[in-house]
Amino acid sequence: MATAPDASAASLKSTPLHALHKELGARMVPFAGYEMPVQYPAGIIAEHSQTRTAAGLFDVSHMGQAVLRGDDPAAAFERLVPGDISGLAPGAMRYTLLLNEAGGILDDLMVTRPGEPGTDGEIYLVVNAAGKDADFAHIGEQLTGIATLERAEDRALLALQGPQAAAVMARLAPASGDLVFMRAAAMTVGGIDCFVSRSGYTGEDGFEISLAAEAAEDFARRLLAEPEVEPVGLGARDSLRLEAGLCLYGHDIDATTTPVEAALVWAVAKARRDGGGFPGADVILEQIANGAARRRVGLLPEGRAPVREGAAICDSDGNEIGQVTSGGFSPTLERPIAMGYVTTAFAEVGTEVVVNLRGRTLATTIAAMPFVEANYYRGN
Amino acid sequence: MSERKYTDDHEWVDLDGDIGTVGITDYAQEQLGDVVFVELPDIGKALAKGDEAAVIESVKAAAEIYAPVDGEVTEVNAALNDDPSLVNADAGGKGWFVKLRIADPSALDDLMDDAAYSAYVEGLN
Repeated sequence: MATAPDASAASLKSTPLHALHKELGARMVPFAGYEMPVQYPAGIIAEHSQTRTAAGLFDVSHMGQAVLRGDDPAAAFERLVPGDISGLAPGAMRYTLLLNEAGGILDDLMVTRPGEPGTDGEIYLVVNAAGKDADFAHIGEQLTGIATLERAEDRALLALQGPQAAAVMARLAPASGDLVFMRAAAMTVGGIDCFVSRSGYTGEDGFEISLAAEAAEDFARRLLAEPEVEPVGLGARDSLRLEAGLCLYGHDIDATTTPVEAALVWAVAKARRDGGGFPGADVILEQIANGAARRRVGLLPEGRAPVREGAAICDSDGNEIGQVTSGGFSPTLERPIAMGYVTTAFAEVGTEVVVNLRGRTLATTIAAMPFVEANYYRGN
Repeated sequence: MSERKYTDDHEWVDLDGDIGTVGITDYAQEQLGDVVFVELPDIGKALAKGDEAAVIESVKAAAEIYAPVDGEVTEVNAALNDDPSLVNADAGGKGWFVKLRIADPSALDDLMDDAAYSAYVEGLN
């Protein structure tokens, strides 16, 4: 059996929950420069199901948190992203994309305009771990003179995800019940000062909780003491987000994919489509008007063998029409699922294609995403 | 049956006459995580030592099982098609992959015995 060698742990960073992960029996792996839990003893399928049926606690402290300050940081940030950031109401958050001049995606991120007194002139950013140094350097440089970026290195980030997450949070933070999907507020949770958003990367209802690094372990222990909550590692985080049809940066989107190709047109705000004024606007607005040559799609291969990133997607004559960018086994559907890019002519849901797997071809159908219906809380 | 032998790729082989049963070790199944699919070879296929004998897919990744010695596939564990999680539940028993007719059983002499394999795994931790 061949397994990938682990990189030396010596050069890896750790999150404030590192000792707790080890105590819980996590298998630690290198990820984006950090030593992170890929799974706990329960295993990926059990952790996945835990999150779909009860509540899972994820350590996502490796992600990059920062505050952008200025006279009008939202307007400033719009120079770098195609989202309507100025239109964000206090306490609202939005998914957006850092773009390059060719319209390629440098990273995907969450932007929040805090609603608390004294936060005028601030927006809060959460970017991917792998790109955070480059992202923050880029933002700082591009916005020199109009906004200042301050990294929140002293903050941990936890995600509590699943249909019972709200009940758990209601016990510790009654104010959490006022949040709906993509809203955020400062509140105390079990007596600890936190900044809580109703958001996540699993397709489930849930929360992401930013708090002081030194409070993170006590806080995590408190959540894990709740009967509905179990720890969940990066392995299940990946299978959950794939079922939810959410992109993994560096795999499903990167500097060579545009938002139109990536089927993320919805992240190019209507309010930004006339004026442009974001990097790559000429390319992206042209693609919105006339279409792009390829598109990100969902893929359902027949049988039980998962197809993996890099596998060629072909038409029935064997001509290559694209590639798989994420693939795995869906614990919820108990079948393989994948996403990838295909030539636009093949992108319609229901189109039959084939995927090459170890010298064989697997009949595969272009499928709508998400693969598993989202369960976000949008209010009663 | 002779003593179980191990490769440094974490496969085990039990030899009975000239038939060797091949599986992966408990250490290996733990490293792989939840197994969701196993691709088994065709019966009759001739394998040289180091050839791919089977592919194991876990939720996260694919891993190959290599033939520990030269041999011809005489049987595959069809139960894994219905329940690939047998590899996790009983790696050293019901989770076996293939049986090989081994032309030269003395080739197994080069593999590790139980004590040597235990020491080898110890050294990886």
